[in-house]
Amino acid sequence: MTHTQKRIIINKIVMTLSTLSALIGIGFLFWILAILIFNGMDALSWTIFSQEGAPPGYEESGLKHALIGQLMIVGVATLFGVPLGILAGTYLSEYGQKSHLAETIRDISDIMMSAPSIVIGAFVYAIVVTPMGHFSGWAGSIALIIILLPIILRTTDDMLQLVPSTLREAAFALGAPKYKVIMQVVYRGAKAGILTGILLGVARVAGETAPLLFTSFNDNFLSTDMTDPMASLTVTMYNYATSPYEDWQKIGWAAAFILSMFILSLNIIGRLLLFKKKGR
Amino acid sequence: MATIIDITEEKELEVKNFEFTYAGADAPSIKTLNMPIAKNSITALIGPSGCGKTTLLRAFNRMHDLYPGNKYNGEILFKNRNILADREDLIKLRIQIGMIFQKPTAFPMSIFDNVAYGMRLQGIKNKTELQDRVEKALKDAAIFKEVKERLKHDANGLSGGQQQRLCIARAIAVEPEVLLFDEPTSALDPISTAGIEELIVELKEKVSIVIVTHNMQQAARVSDYTGFMYLGELIEFGRTEDIFVTPKERLTEEYITGKFG
Repeated sequence: MTHTQKRIIINKIVMTLSTLSALIGIGFLFWILAILIFNGMDALSWTIFSQEGAPPGYEESGLKHALIGQLMIVGVATLFGVPLGILAGTYLSEYGQKSHLAETIRDISDIMMSAPSIVIGAFVYAIVVTPMGHFSGWAGSIALIIILLPIILRTTDDMLQLVPSTLREAAFALGAPKYKVIMQVVYRGAKAGILTGILLGVARVAGETAPLLFTSFNDNFLSTDMTDPMASLTVTMYNYATSPYEDWQKIGWAAAFILSMFILSLNIIGRLLLFKKKGR
Repeated sequence: MATIIDITEEKELEVKNFEFTYAGADAPSIKTLNMPIAKNSITALIGPSGCGKTTLLRAFNRMHDLYPGNKYNGEILFKNRNILADREDLIKLRIQIGMIFQKPTAFPMSIFDNVAYGMRLQGIKNKTELQDRVEKALKDAAIFKEVKERLKHDANGLSGGQQQRLCIARAIAVEPEVLLFDEPTSALDPISTAGIEELIVELKEKVSIVIVTHNMQQAARVSDYTGFMYLGELIEFGRTEDIFVTPKERLTEEYITGKFG
């Protein structure tokens, strides 16, 4: 066997192995999706959206309470986390730049991004739930804000830094003050990227269960009072899916399906935005 | 040992004992430089890479102030005041002294909004006034015919040469007295380059122009005065025809005849 033949054979083996590994990975993803769709669609009905939780055995049982709770907890987290993250990212990219403070903040937020979310749940339990004396929707939102903040901060920082510095200089050269350069030129240039970061960040926190178990806990009925324990799709799904009752398990599938579709669409929109930006 | 002539025209800018040191650098990048910039004429700055010509250009509108730690010494006189003074109002200065960059810098907004940007910064809100001045600026920059049908379109859809003329329109829309060009055609094809050069020559009726260029033919074609810089010093400054035909300094001669660069 010549050297070249040997090389071709090795190349073929490596290529087959890597293709196979990729297929296995993608295979699992589609398997999960297929089972979700199969069981989820089966469990989906109008009552899922129109009814609150009910004891096992009741016909009229749904996820209205969890859907609204989820939207409120994630909505509040987004409302506070996104502006904070964008402002912090703006500081890093436009003001702090390569300073020690800015680099330290970058390092810390990178570490926070990989922190286990259950730890953040436990932290919020200690600083919010314990002093308040009970679980609450606010505590859930706070836990999600802590997870969301470093994601938005880093993507904003990265996206703003992608805006060429000559664009900033050109605006300054026309006599623009710094805040106008940032708001009118830099933000515009990074718009699609920042929006993508927000969507992917929100998608990430919307799927969190552990930090909510410790903070917003759960409620089997509809509550819109953020100072009280609140239902969420993720925790409800966890409770229903691990229950021994078949009808509850079915609703658990519906929750899993709705949540996955929500997160999947956020991800797809985010990627489309990024793709559109690159394509230009 | 430099040969620097005095000019007969009125001076728009006058550089006096100018020194510039970048943040963190031990030695100055520009050493005691003296040079006049004539009103309503074109002054070209030539010299090999790293000679300090862009550094000098960016001092005229204090662009160096955007990055902390850079240090100026000496004076640059404009309207009888030293624009390097700490109390200088940089926003006002940059309105009076505009700049065109190496790469086109169209903002991510419509063609109209790009040209109107500087005027809006000055608080002009009247729609007819904006409309009129945008149109005039685009006409003066010889790009109106090409874009008049699509003023509301994204400026990034224009070609490189068109974008550069758009940037010129944006700069002249605020009616500056001086325009600084930093190698404005180095990213453009020969036809666009010819268009920009023609435009620069036309513009000198209204503004004084300083242009940094790598291209000696360009300096010879468009400028009235030329300064040759080398290693942070102005080696020779004079009328362009003298610099290119009968240079006084050996270094100048060697550079323009292509012995180094």
